[in-house]
This record gives sequence, C-alpha cells and structure tokens, in this order.
Amino acid sequence: MSAARELALSDLRERIAALEGGVAKRKGCLPFGVHDIDAILPGGGLAYGALHECAGGGSGTIDGAAAALFAAGIAARTKGKVVWCLTRPDLFMPGLAQAGLHPNRVIFSESDREEDVLASMEEALGYGGLGAVIGEIVRLPMVSSRRLQLAAEKTGTIGIAVRRWRRQTEANDFGQPTASTTRWRVSVLPSDPLPVPGVGRARWLLELMRSRAGECAEFEVGACDDTGRLDIPTRPVNRQDTSGRSRHSA
Amino acid sequence: VSATDAAARKAGLRAGMAAAKAQALFQGLMMVDADLLADAAALERIALWALGIYSPIVAVDGTDGLVMDTEGADHLQGGEEPMLTGVANRFRSTGLSARVAIADTWGAAHACARAITRETVIVPRGEILRAVEKLPLSLLRLPPKIVDDLHVLGFQSIGELANTPRAPLALRFGPELGRRIDQMFGRKPEPIEPVRGPDWIEVTRQFAEPIAAAETINKYVARLVVDLVGELQRRGLGVRRTDLIVEKLDGTRQAIRAGTAKPARDVAWLTKLFKDRTEKIEPGFGIERLSLVAVMSEALGEEQKSSSLVEEQDDDITPLIDILGNRGNRVYRVAPVASDVPERSVQRIAPATAPTAETWTHEWKRPVRLLHKPDVVEVMALMPDHPPAWFSWRGKRRRVKCADGPERVFGEWWVRTSEVDAVRDYFVVEDDAGERFWLYRSGDGVDADTGSHKWYIHGIFA
Repeated sequence: MSAARELALSDLRERIAALEGGVAKRKGCLPFGVHDIDAILPGGGLAYGALHECAGGGSGTIDGAAAALFAAGIAARTKGKVVWCLTRPDLFMPGLAQAGLHPNRVIFSESDREEDVLASMEEALGYGGLGAVIGEIVRLPMVSSRRLQLAAEKTGTIGIAVRRWRRQTEANDFGQPTASTTRWRVSVLPSDPLPVPGVGRARWLLELMRSRAGECAEFEVGACDDTGRLDIPTRPVNRQDTSGRSRHSA
Repeated sequence: VSATDAAARKAGLRAGMAAAKAQALFQGLMMVDADLLADAAALERIALWALGIYSPIVAVDGTDGLVMDTEGADHLQGGEEPMLTGVANRFRSTGLSARVAIADTWGAAHACARAITRETVIVPRGEILRAVEKLPLSLLRLPPKIVDDLHVLGFQSIGELANTPRAPLALRFGPELGRRIDQMFGRKPEPIEPVRGPDWIEVTRQFAEPIAAAETINKYVARLVVDLVGELQRRGLGVRRTDLIVEKLDGTRQAIRAGTAKPARDVAWLTKLFKDRTEKIEPGFGIERLSLVAVMSEALGEEQKSSSLVEEQDDDITPLIDILGNRGNRVYRVAPVASDVPERSVQRIAPATAPTAETWTHEWKRPVRLLHKPDVVEVMALMPDHPPAWFSWRGKRRRVKCADGPERVFGEWWVRTSEVDAVRDYFVVEDDAGERFWLYRSGDGVDADTGSHKWYIHGIFA
C-alpha cells in the first residue's frame, strides 16, 4: 500500500516539475557555508536560477549599504562576471573589493530610470553565463519580479534585487508580495567588542523574511569577510557595555 | 574680404568689406586669397570624419557648416550635452573654433549656430520659436536679395516675419520665403542628403510596396544583417558601428546607429541590437528602402575557441554589454587608480577592456557607499587626533560609541597646487545603534594651513 502510494506521489511530483519548467536548468544552490543558515534554506543554500531580494533595516533602507555588501558577498562567491544595474552611482568599489568581489568581475550598468534597471536586469539574467545579476531598485511590482524570476530560471543565474528607498516611510513596500524566492533584511548591529579602542568586525541581524517552500528565520552574523563569507560566532555575543561613555574618552 | 580672424576683427575688419577698404583701415594687413575649392574639400573631409564618429546622417550645410541628424546616435557620446562639448573641444584641439547648436530642425540649428556667442547651445524640444524669434533675417537661408528687400520693408527679426500674414509676402517674394520659415519651425520636412564614405560596406533592400509593420521591419532587418555579415566575412572585417538607414515614402530619412564594444560579425548579436530599437522607427506613410551600412569596421580574424576540456573560461559577455549600452545605459567597469584621495582612487573604464591585475590594497576598511559630495557634519571632538564624541548629520544626533583612526590622507600637490598642504584625517565611527560611518576632518588639527578643521561625512559602512 505505502509503496504504491510513494510511487504515485513521486510520479505526480515529476509531472508537476515537468509542467513547471520545461527546459533543463542548472539546478543547485550556493551554500553560505554557515550551517545554521544553510539548514534553514531549502536545498541547503541560495538557489541558483532564482530571484532573491534584500533590503536594509532602519536607515539602511535609504543607503542600502549593508544590503549591497550582503549582495556583493554572495556575488563574490559565484563564478563568472557580475552585472550590477543601478540608478544612483554611489557604490564605492574598494569597499566591495574588501568583500572579495574583484573589480574585473563587475560590470555596472547605470540607467536614468527605474524601469531601465529592471529591463537591464532581465536582459542580463536571460543572457546566461553570468555569476550574478544585482539590481538596485525602489519599486518591484509583482509582474516585474515574475519576469525577473522567469528570466533567472531560464539560465540558472542568481538574481539579487537590492531594495533601496528614497524615504524610510516608503520601506513598508517591502511587505508587498513579489515572486522572489527568498527575501532578506540586513540590519546593522553594534560591532564585535574589542579589548582595545576601535571598531571590531561588523555584525548584522540577518532576517530571512520569506523563503519559498521554507521557513523564516533570524540570524546574528558577522559581516562579509574578505571572501564574502558570513559567519556566526560560536561564543555568546557580549552585549555592549552600557556605561554610556565613549570608549575613546576612557 | 570673405573671412577674418580674431585680430582682424579687433582692428575693425568685417567679412564682406572691399579689400581696398580693409587695407586702408589697417596698415600692413596680411591677406590670403580665399581658396573656395580647398575650403569645400576640407569641409567634406570634416563631414566624413563626423560621419564616423557622431552621426549616420551628416551633410555639408552651405559653405561654412555641417549639419548632422543625431537623433538615435547621441547616446553613444553620453547624451546631447557631452556630445556638443565634445565636438567643440575636438575642433579647438586642432586650432579651429566651432559653434555648435542642436535644435529640432535643420533651419533652427543653422540659425542658432551662427547667432550664438558661446560655443554650444541646446534648444530644448518645442522651444524653437522662443530661440529664433529675435535672430536676424539673414540666418533664414534666403537669397541675399530677398533679405535686403525685407530690410527695406522694415523687417528685422525672424519672429516679426513669422507673425506676418503669409499671402502678401508670398505674392511679393515667391514661395521660397514661406518654405524656409516652415522648414525652420518643422512644419515642412527637410531631408538631409547625407555624404557617404567611399569604402563602406552597404547592403540595401528596396521595397516595391512600402512596409510599415514592426514584424516586417524586423524580418527585413534580419535579412540585411545576414547579407552584411556575409560581406564582412568575405573581407575579414568586423563592425564597430553600424547604421540602419530608413528611407520613407515622403522623402525623409531616419537612422539608427548601433555601436559594439569590439569588432562584431555575429548575426544574432547584430540583429538583437537593431531589433531592440525597431520601435523607435516611425514608418509614417511607409518605408521604401532599408539600408544597413558598416560605418566603422576593423579587421577581425577567425579565432579558435578553447575547448571546455582544456580550461574553464568565462563566457564572453560583450554582446550583453552592447545590448545594455545601445539602450542608453552607461555601461562601465571600475578600475583602481593609484591615489590616496578616496574619490580619486576609482575610475570608470570601458566595460570590454582587458582585465587589470591590480586592485586596491587597503589595510583600512573602506565604506560601501561613498557620498558624491562630502556632507558637513556638526561634531564635538577633542583636537588634534581624537574621533568625535558625537556628531549630527541630517538633523540626527549620534553618539559615537567606538571609532578607528585617524587615517591621514595628504593632498596631491601634483594634481592641484592648492592641495600642497591639504590634509584629511579619516575616522571610522560607530554610533550607539551600530551604524558605521566614515568621517573626516579637513586639516591635521594643529596647523590651520592644512584645512578648515571642519568635519565631513564621506561614506557609509555596512
């Protein structure tokens, strides 16, 4: 009985898979290399051939610095060229290079209008042979995200939409449904305390807000290192001292 | 006297004077015989040069000018304004002075280019009337006889003439006057008969019945590309710039120019570049002739693709760069520059250039976002080398919890003499909420010569 049921189920699954994507895809995942995160994500990592969204939290919704570095860290761990589509050219490449993204690999495409960014992203995702396609966009309507997702599925390129708004109040747009496979929010946390004055390794609160066929989760991670990897410290994090005095004035 | 230089103008000479009068005005005047044929030949040469660089449709305008239709081609130069300044600068670098104007119609651009005292002017869309109404009648490209007669009647400017009832004028001066005015305001078409280079590869298709539908245009463009690629193959060339020239039933032409980042001879690649932009073609009453011209071509030999068994290689993404670039996006890569000043340490390079080996070698952390212009922040800081205790930026006051620095950056006196003593001290600061910023103090904190000792925010860390 149960064997026959298994057989019927697997047969159905195959037929559904055939309906969903007719073409052969380069399937697979890009693991983060951090066990806790990879265990939560279906497939054990960030899916190739899919659109992923990330945004900053707090004032990061406007500057999008942490979200951009998070995306750069993912792109750094892929193979091949990276196309970065944007409208506001304020990225500082030396900063991204410190996350392991070599300047030779990144091709920027700067547009005047939002819609052109989406069009460039779709074109690049559909081109194939790229490592990742990153776009900095304000609005991501359902239709556009669906198009991006389909273009990514066709070629197996990772698409990352870095959401970045003009005002912090506009950021509630991030709750709107889109076709992206995962949705992340990266907020900055106080850095690792050091025994001496100075700024330690940056820390992020990484929220997996949506994951198709998976669960949501939150992680406190150390920001990208020089190869684009995150890490979760094993020791319990010391909360900052609340003496209220600047470390430097001590 | 047919032309004068700046020194002669200062002495009071004007074009159109009698030579004897000019010599009377200024003793020892040096005069060179005008060589009209050589002038015309030189103008033709400049036209051919402009054809290869700026626009697919270039023609000689009168005896002293060029006219170009740059619609659909200015994006290759970065837009209208960079294109105009580029034209003016190129002429200046060869010792010639040029006046460049861009307007909706040939007539308006002709008049504006000859009237302005600046080097360049852009007449915005639909603003022709405002731009030309005060200009003198002589810029209307009319025979001198008509212009003189109009002056006798008391007309001074183009605007006055355009506002006068047409019938009496036509009765007296013939249809030429009305035609020129209509051409200037774009009410009548004025096709440009372009000059063509001698060694260009051109493929053409005539249509017995005019075509207009987008699918049909696409189909024939694809066939033309196949023809062109066949011809290129035979000659061992690849194209860098290709023009699609659309000739319509009413005698007007439209051109679409596509540039590639390196020599191309690939049917799919070129077809894609034009198909992307067929929507820009306005068929009007129908298209009777399509031609595809390879304006700039370079030698392109056959090359062997490395086998996937031997080595793993990056896919060539030049076609993608071209697609993005021809849609009007600015496509570039970023390369390091040996400079300690952060905003000078990066430069944009063409996306298809060979990979550079070097990268930035900073011991210090660099921010992800760099503000285009550093913002002044209010701070409280101990001089000379402590980070701020707090700072306020965009109306929000932040207490600094920890900081790194200073990282001292010296001005580059070899770039700008005013930077001989300039110093910036950079600090990485983190506020209570964990947000990290890149602040700097202009000046070393002791010597007032090194900077204003004001604080600025220059970047945002992740």
